Amino acid sequence: MRPIATTRTAAGIPTGRLAVWWVLASEIVIFGGLLVSYIMHRIARPEFGAHAAHTNVWIGGFNTFVLLTSSLSAVLAHKAAVGGDGPKAAKLLYATCLGAATFLAVKSVEWTIEISHGYTITESAFWSFYYTAAGLHALHVIAGAIIMLIVAETAKRNLELHRVELIGIYWHFVDIVWIFLFPLLYIAK
Amino acid sequence: MSEHVEHAEHAEHEVNYVKVWAILLCLLVVSILGPFVGIKMVTLITAFGIAIIKAYMVAKNFMHLNIEPRYAIYLLLTMLVFMLLLFAGSSPDIMKHQGRNWVKPLVHSQAEAPAHH
Repeated sequence: MRPIATTRTAAGIPTGRLAVWWVLASEIVIFGGLLVSYIMHRIARPEFGAHAAHTNVWIGGFNTFVLLTSSLSAVLAHKAAVGGDGPKAAKLLYATCLGAATFLAVKSVEWTIEISHGYTITESAFWSFYYTAAGLHALHVIAGAIIMLIVAETAKRNLELHRVELIGIYWHFVDIVWIFLFPLLYIAK
Repeated sequence: MSEHVEHAEHAEHEVNYVKVWAILLCLLVVSILGPFVGIKMVTLITAFGIAIIKAYMVAKNFMHLNIEPRYAIYLLLTMLVFMLLLFAGSSPDIMKHQGRNWVKPLVHSQAEAPAHH
């Protein structure tokens, strides 16, 4: 039997989803503070553009494609869960996890290339921001993938299907953060 | 929970997710090709203008914020306002080297250093 706390809130939103919105609200402050700081320094220091010229827009673009596609599979998993098809939702969540793994693998190769060329986190203020922002984002990708695997395990037995939507909302937020990181770190040169 | 399911089902009938995804990919291609035009304003629009559009599309169509009670939207917008407050409060100190009654000693000493040699 589902606890009553998951079905009632004063806000008119199911408690689990409300909790996710609050998590995302705190995430906006975390990533927002970082990105606003980056933008201020980027405008004040023209040399940031020269440093950003060493990032690879095609690798960043490919990872954006991967995350957008993983968002599609996450929302299709939600659609399957709404239709009561837990096993299908689980398969789509596994596909989303595959997207997360691809993103992280590409990111690992990219960082290896950059570090081998001497662009380490202590190289300049730009590279400090680059590794901090992209690294923090990557940690969120890892956390999201782990939670998604746990949710998929219950979903494939048609249990706790509302969780599919909750992890999906989180995943779309991770996608949105990358949508802003991509032009800041890869395009604005 | 029933309200949640009704909202979600409503969204299922309204949104073609694959079509939204295809539009997002087209916008991604435009944002990558924008800098090749070589005009700074075009790059800014294709990079950051399109990023805002993509974020809006994901929030509306994938996160279903358009059918969520206003509480969630107000909550998220409040945090975005905090971001703007951070920018407004600290940008003069970061983006300028001196003001009416203050200077950055380090920046000034670096600027004056060549004159001493």
